[in-house]
Formats: sequence, structure tokens, C-alpha cells
Amino acid sequence: MTPSTSAVAPVSEVVLDAAGLTKHFPVRRRLRDLLSRHAGAVHAVDDVNLTLRRGQVVALVGESGSGKSTVARLLAQLHPRTGGEIRLNGEAVTVRGGRRFRAYAKRVQMIFQDPFASLNPVHSVRYHLTRSLRIHGRAGEGKDGLDQALTALLSQVQLTPAERYIDKFPHELSGGQRQRVAIARALGAGPEVLLADEPVSMLDVSIRLGVLNLLRDLKDRLDLAILYITHDIASARYFADETLVMYAGRLVEGGDSETVTQRPAHPYTQLLIDSAPDPDRVAGAVAAEVADRGDGEPPSLIRPPEGCRFHPRCPHAMARCTTDLPIPLPVGDRDGHWAACWLYGEPSAEGVAP
Amino acid sequence: MRQPVLEIRNLDVGYGLGDVALRAVRDVSLTLHRGEVLGLAGESGSGKSTLAYGVTRLLPPPGVITGGEVVYHPENGSPYDVLALGDRELRAFRWAETAIVFQGAMNSLNPVHRISVQLTDVIAAHQPDLSARARAERAREMLRLVGIAADRMDAYPHQLSGGMRQRVMIGMALALQPQIVIMDEPTTALDVVMQRQILRQLVALRERLGFSVIFITHDLSLLVEFADRIAIMYGGRIVEEAPASALYRDALHPYTAGLLGSFPALRGPRRDLTGIPGSPPDLTSMPTGCSFHPRCPKAFEPCPVTIPPLGSPDTPGGSTRTVACLLHPATNPEVR
Ligand SMILES: Nc1ncnc2c1ncn2[C@@H]1O[C@H](COP(=O)(O)OP(=O)(O)OP(=O)(O)O)[C@@H](O)[C@H]1O
Ligand SMILES: Nc1ncnc2c1ncn2[C@@H]1O[C@H](COP(=O)(O)OP(=O)(O)OP(=O)(O)O)[C@@H](O)[C@H]1O
Ligand code: SF4
Ligand SMILES: [Mg+2]
Ligand SMILES: [Mg+2]
Repeated sequence: MTPSTSAVAPVSEVVLDAAGLTKHFPVRRRLRDLLSRHAGAVHAVDDVNLTLRRGQVVALVGESGSGKSTVARLLAQLHPRTGGEIRLNGEAVTVRGGRRFRAYAKRVQMIFQDPFASLNPVHSVRYHLTRSLRIHGRAGEGKDGLDQALTALLSQVQLTPAERYIDKFPHELSGGQRQRVAIARALGAGPEVLLADEPVSMLDVSIRLGVLNLLRDLKDRLDLAILYITHDIASARYFADETLVMYAGRLVEGGDSETVTQRPAHPYTQLLIDSAPDPDRVAGAVAAEVADRGDGEPPSLIRPPEGCRFHPRCPHAMARCTTDLPIPLPVGDRDGHWAACWLYGEPSAEGVAP
Repeated sequence: MRQPVLEIRNLDVGYGLGDVALRAVRDVSLTLHRGEVLGLAGESGSGKSTLAYGVTRLLPPPGVITGGEVVYHPENGSPYDVLALGDRELRAFRWAETAIVFQGAMNSLNPVHRISVQLTDVIAAHQPDLSARARAERAREMLRLVGIAADRMDAYPHQLSGGMRQRVMIGMALALQPQIVIMDEPTTALDVVMQRQILRQLVALRERLGFSVIFITHDLSLLVEFADRIAIMYGGRIVEEAPASALYRDALHPYTAGLLGSFPALRGPRRDLTGIPGSPPDLTSMPTGCSFHPRCPKAFEPCPVTIPPLGSPDTPGGSTRTVACLLHPATNPEVR
């Protein structure tokens, strides 16, 4: 267990938790690789621990390709895992398809990153939503009941008046409108856990706010546990109780959202916060900016760097960072704020510690 | 002076014909200058993608261009109207002069081919005289530019994350070395570190190769920092256009102000976020007068009656920008 589970927010009931979650995707070797010795797998997720509680939002932020979607897909049991355990209401579960999978999916719903791929182009909005309501037994009584349920779903995602959208096909909707249909479809199952993979990144700010407020409202009213995956760390500050930061397949920092965003401890999180668009840095500044810190390429996940995976880009890297994998260490400013970074360890040989 | 490379004049684009037609782009005039990054922002459904695809005549049916012209100024040669081109010339124009990253393009990679193959194929099609080695080198260079490690070049699309696929598409567009790059929400799946890195690469490349960019996004804060000029769309029209810094410091249109005010702030105290009240207009029954008036906190008597023309406001520096709002009467409203 990482320190993240201790006293971050008022303790409420754990719905879904994962320990040691690991996923390696094997890569088929090409001829020229046969001579090399490395195992040949993408280390997409390594040793991730996280806990989702009723009525709380946990944000998972991090670099593109760092494994966020893979974590969500593992939690949704869409991938078999390489290692680790997933517990739903305290009970370890592993399901592979079939009826048990449907029962699991009714309770744990996923909103996919990409509404362009997740809606079927040959079916109307009505079809998508009706199907979700039917599968999960929430279609109401008769035609009137169904119509009411459909109208309610659409108004929940602010596609009003419902008549304007209900018989539209995905290609007739703008990108933002499509994503709201995808969200409505997930809500149609009436889930306990919502795994929302970038649910608002395609939406413009004003609608984004509306959808986040909607999710927050649903969380309060239905006591939903929400995993909110995003690359928009500012929205994590506003929306999530707890924020976890991922880099190259590993969690590197966690704590309550305000602390993580205002006092980032891990050098990667600091880079992330410093890179957020800042309108006060006006046009042209990007080109003029010469020596940005922590620049450089994301690491290979087939041969991830030894020690701390961030060390090749880290401005504070010490000798130890290149060999020893940092463990989650308390930062010491707030309860439950931790970072997997040797800057927060006991002074090492070089004696570099804050 | 800055030369125009693409002039959009009074463009009208609709979906469907006759009574059922939906006017998604209304009387839009906009100029892209050589070497410039022009940002296009606005709420979902405001017509940004429709405008971009109209300009390149890549509208999916039932999209139709119902009026206006799009004048392209080639580097050497005389300007011509893209909308008047025959099929062959149009293909040549798209092929040689433009590159588009479509919204949601991350799904347009071919699932059965490795990305290295797709990238080198595209480069080969555009520059058949390049050696296989040079093609592979260019492909590797483009992927490095968008932050994809060389050992992932041989991955299939489904083996990449959403953001990685998006980055491959950006790399592919840039590999073609076009005159005009249109990017429709190209970075929605990217974290800010990556976003910044790619935008910086884009700006540097633009300086080296001299292409122009139309960058469509709903992330106004990104544009403020990185675009030269920004145009704001509402209900199919341009309602404000200004140099990026002027737009941020001094937004004239209440809608622009609303957009700027609805960002969650990462720094400083937590503000209450209000967003913009109300919902975007129904394009099939637009409000009378200024189409923003039902949602506008500053609306006054003439707003529900008079359509404000887009023109330069009578303010210091007003000649460098345009706005369509009755609070800022235009000194030189464009003739409609
Ligand atoms: N089916 C697969 N086979 C091989 N590698 C995969 C597969 N799916 C994902 N990966 C790899 O796992 C890593 C993590 O991918 P994931 O989609 O979880 O990232 P992410 O954090 O969601 O990124 P983004 O923000 O870009 O969506 C990536 O390097 C990706 O290429
Ligand atoms: N193929 C189509 N048929 C009918 N209507 C369409 C079609 N494509 C788009 N529309 C409508 O045209 C309007 C403008 O859509 P467009 O996709 O240009 O908006 P956008 O500004 O790009 O929005 P987003 O930010 O959500 O991508 C929307 O109301 C949309 O519903
Ligand atoms: S462990 Fe070392 S390399 Fe890693 S982030 Fe901390 S200081 Fe940097
Ligand atoms: Mg993802
Ligand atoms: Mg669009």
C-alpha cells in the first residue's frame, strides 16, 4: 500500500481497489532483435496501487503513453493482467467475458477516451442509449417509460431539447456532442464505479465545466466512485478529491488534489505543472523559450530506464536515482502526500535532500 | 507587409439543401498570412471543423458550400479560387499545398500496418525520388519530433496509446512539408508537457520551412500563448478576431470574455467557475439580432433586433482587430 490511502479525505467505503497492478504487453520480436537478450515487452503498467471510494473522485494524470488508459482497462477487466489484484467491495475478482463480465460491467462502467471510435456510426443516439438502458434493466415501463428515461439521460448531459438529438447519427453531431452521448450511454447502466478515461478532453471549456459539474452531482447523488483520467491537471484540482500522477507506467506522486497541484513534489509533476498553458506568457514566448527544464524524450517502455524512470530527464537526478527504484516516500507537508522520488529519502551519500 | 496565403471571403457552408438545410458556417471572412499560426476557437458545434473542411473542400456529405470564395496565393504564381477548381487541380492543390490533421484522426491510421510503414508510404507517395533509406530517416525524425521512441516505430496502431496515435498523425502531416497545415483539435489527448514540446517543434519547423497553420481548438489558453492571431466562432460566424495578446488582455466580445473566464485556474486561488450560462444556439432557428444575446450578460435594447456586423472597433489599436458586437460599433463594417 502506498501512503496515498492514509487519511486523504474523510474515510468512506472502499468500492474498488487495486494492489500491485501490472501489465506488460509482449512485443513480437523481429529478426534483428533475436540476437538481443531483452525480454521484449512494453512495460505499460507496473505495480500500481489505488483505491476508489464511494462518493469520491480520484484523478489519474500523467504523460501521454504513461499507462493511464491501461490502468482503466485493467480495472474494467478488459485486459488480463500480468500481476496484481483487483477487489470489488472487498472481494477479489477476475473475470474473463461471459455473464460474470456483464455483471461486473453493470457495476463498473467505463467511458472511453475516444467517442469517435466508441459510437457505432450506423446507429442513432436513440439506439445507443436504449441498448444501454435495456442491457442493464433500466429502460422503464413501456414506450413512455423508455422515452422518459432517454430524455432524462440526454438532459443529464445537456443535450437539450432531447428531440433535437435523439434521432441523430454520430456523424451528424459535432465532436463535443458525440462525447456527451458516450457519457450518457455509460450513465445508462446506473453504475457504482465510473472509470472515466479523458471524458471531457474533447469538450470545450464551457461544456467541460458543465459535464464535470454533472459528474460531481451524480457522484454526490448516486454515491458514485469515480476514476477521472485526464491530462488537464487544472481540472483535477477542481474536480478530484485525490490526485495520482503517473509517469512511464508507474505512479510517482499522490495526495489530495489541492496539495499535489499547488505543491507538486515529484520533479515530473513539477514539470507538468510548469508546462500548463499560462496566458500570461503571451504569444511568441514559446518560440523564444530556450532552455526549458526537463525537456527530452519520453523513455522507452520496452527497455525502461533503470532506477527512477524519470532520471534521464530529471534536473535533480543523483547517482542513486540511476540504479535504485524510488519507493513511495512521505513528502512531509501534508498527511497522505507522497512521492516516489529519492529527494524525499534519507540523505544519501551525496547528502542532497531538502 | 505580411502576405496572405489563404483568403476566405464570405464563405457559407450548410448541411443539406433547401428547407432542411442547416447553416453551419455563415458569411465567414478570414485571412491566413504566410508563416502565421492562426487559432480558431469556439464552443462545440460553432462550425470550426465545418469551416476547415469547407476551405479544403473535404466536407462529408450532406455538407455543401453555398457561397463565397477561398483564394489561395501560391508562393510563385497567381492567386486562384480553390472553390472554382476542377477535380484534377483540386487534388493537386490538396496534395501539394495542404496537410490536414482531422479531428479524431487518431482512428484513421490503418490498423493492419505498422506505423513505420504507413509513414514511409506517405512520404514515398509525395516524394517518389527519395531513397528508401532517406524515407526511413525522415520517418524516424518525424516520430522523434513528436516524442515517440524509435523502438516503437514498428508498433501497430492498436499498440499505441490515444495520444501516441494523435502524435503519429501530427508527424505524418509535417512530414509532407506542405504550405498550409490545418490541425483540428490535434492535441486533445496530450498532456501539457508533450503539447508544449510539439507546439514548440511546430513553431520551429514553421520558421524553418515557412508554412502557415490553422490551429483549431477549444483550448483558448493554449492559443493565447502560441498563436499569432485568434479568431472566435459563435453559431457559425466569426465574432471576434485579434492578435493573440490583444485578445487575451482585452477581449471585446462578451462571448470571448466568457470563454476566457471559464478555465479552471491552475495557479492562484480557486475561483468559482461559472462558464457561460445557457447553451449554444440551435442552428436551425437562430436567435434574432446578435445570436449571442440570449446568453449575453451585457445585452442591451438593440441586441435582439440588430445583427452586429464584423468590423474594426473604434479603439486604440482597433485597426488590427475585428469584432461583431453592438457595444463596439465598427468603423468600417464589412459590406455584406
Ligand atoms: N495492445 C497493446 N499492445 C502493446 N502495447 C500497448 C497496447 N496497449 C497499450 N500499449 C502501450 O502501453 C503504453 C501505455 O498506453 P496507455 O494507452 O495506457 O497510455 P495513456 O497513459 O492512456 O496515454 P494517452 O494519454 O496518450 O492516452 C503505451 O506505450 C502503449 O503503446
Ligand atoms: N454531417 C453533418 N450533417 C449534419 N449536421 C452536421 C454534420 N456535421 C456537423 N453538423 C452540424 O454542424 C454544426 C457545426 O459542426 P462542427 O463539427 O463544424 O462544429 P465544431 O465547432 O467543429 O465543434 P466541436 O468543437 O464539437 O468539434 C453542429 O451543429 C453539427 O451538429
Ligand atoms: S528519484 Fe531522482 S531522478 Fe527520480 S525524480 Fe527524484 S530526483 Fe529525479
Ligand atoms: Mg489514454
Ligand atoms: Mg470540430
